[in-house]
Amino acid sequence: MSDLLETPLHDFHVELGAKMVPFAGYAMPVQYPLGVMQEHLHTRAKAGLFDVSHMGQVIVKGADYGAAAAALETLIPVNIAGLGEGRQRYGFFTNERGGIKDDLMLANRGDHVFVVVNAACKVADIAHMKTLDVEVTEVTDRALLALQGPAAEAVLAAMDPRAADMKFLDVTDLTLNGVTCWVSRSGYTGEDGYEISVPAAEAVELAQALLAHEDVEPIGLGARDSLRLEAGLCLYGQDMDDGLNPVEASLAWAIQKVRRTGGARAGGFPGADVILPALENGVDRRRVGLRPEGRAPMRQGVPLFKDETGGEQIGFITSGAYGPSVSAPVAIGIIADGLHEIGTQVYGELRGKRLPVTVAELPFVPAKFKR
Amino acid sequence: MKFTEEHEWLRVEEDGVVVGITEHATTQLGDIVFVELPEVGTTVTKDEEIVVIESVKAASDIMAPIDGVIVEVNEALAEDPAMANEDPLGNGWFFKIEASDPSQMDEYMTEAAYLKLIA
Repeated sequence: MSDLLETPLHDFHVELGAKMVPFAGYAMPVQYPLGVMQEHLHTRAKAGLFDVSHMGQVIVKGADYGAAAAALETLIPVNIAGLGEGRQRYGFFTNERGGIKDDLMLANRGDHVFVVVNAACKVADIAHMKTLDVEVTEVTDRALLALQGPAAEAVLAAMDPRAADMKFLDVTDLTLNGVTCWVSRSGYTGEDGYEISVPAAEAVELAQALLAHEDVEPIGLGARDSLRLEAGLCLYGQDMDDGLNPVEASLAWAIQKVRRTGGARAGGFPGADVILPALENGVDRRRVGLRPEGRAPMRQGVPLFKDETGGEQIGFITSGAYGPSVSAPVAIGIIADGLHEIGTQVYGELRGKRLPVTVAELPFVPAKFKR
Repeated sequence: MKFTEEHEWLRVEEDGVVVGITEHATTQLGDIVFVELPEVGTTVTKDEEIVVIESVKAASDIMAPIDGVIVEVNEALAEDPAMANEDPLGNGWFFKIEASDPSQMDEYMTEAAYLKLIA
């Protein structure tokens, strides 16, 4: 694994007994000695600490926040200009065909937009943003930690009481373990929690201080995936990609009215000629939640059919696993429009057998955000 | 007890050979969440995939280690797949097979040889 990049916490993970695997060009902890199932359950019960330093942290600066926001709105179909200071929002880059290039989190940090993008896409994303007439700087001297779970607030507030005053999708600076950190109240688990951008040199000490709390355990990528899946959150490259538009990906909610037809800043982003009509007229396929009957997980690639025998394929599973908190298999998939209504029963073909699968509401576990 | 390179164990009992997977295998697989067992009465051939195991990480198969007929399966394991993690050599057994050619057992390893293999 010598050609893999390492996060500032690499040696710390190894010391903790993590199993390291290659992920998006980085050596990352997939699990710790606790194991995927217990790590998952611990995060939902107490708090889990994740190293997500492989993700791209980018500062986008213009003459002022509004200038940077206006520039980004030419690539991203969401309301960035109207995002309040100290607030964060979900978004995505689109391509000319209306597909999604990557999804991301955007924050208004006063004089700039702070963008967090997926590790696997960050080089392309940064090059994409650099086509704009703004200053785009990748933050390479900071680690990114996520503290997720019902105990996250108490753990972080013990270090800086202002953590408790933050609401879901607030962003602010907190002093954690004596270090100024850029903190958002958000995450990728469906739990309340925080994402913490910390100077790389201070990252291990902060992680140690957080793990010193009896409620906090280190959590690997394995549990991160099952947690986000139960929370109904998309994984880029799996549940959505450059061939799927936001309406097909069931992400229309992320495109605010102001960017839609009739809005004050309608369109003006790549693929608007595909996406805006799709918002009005609908699409032929949609991303949905799926609950396989029985115990067998249906994983990525399992084909879906309308009937128990014969007939054409009407969709496929994009992410699937056993949901430790649901105690049953859960999945996300793409299905033909018309079969996407909650409660519709279809079939997934697993090892040559068609087994019942029901279209289900997302998330599979109730979101615990502190609104 | 005999062991295969596929990390299965075989224990000869009066009415058949009990088969399960080793602790090394369950550790590698991680938490097991689903087990699909063959039907009792099925005639199986050596190296035929007859059990599906799903862990939190991935799906994998168990092959029939010998030719024979399945005479019993561990229904309790299908109900509670975690038993394979908790007690791989005991309550976590998978199936019992009546060997049609017991000499096929001879090629498999002793415990000492198996422990050497995974060391």
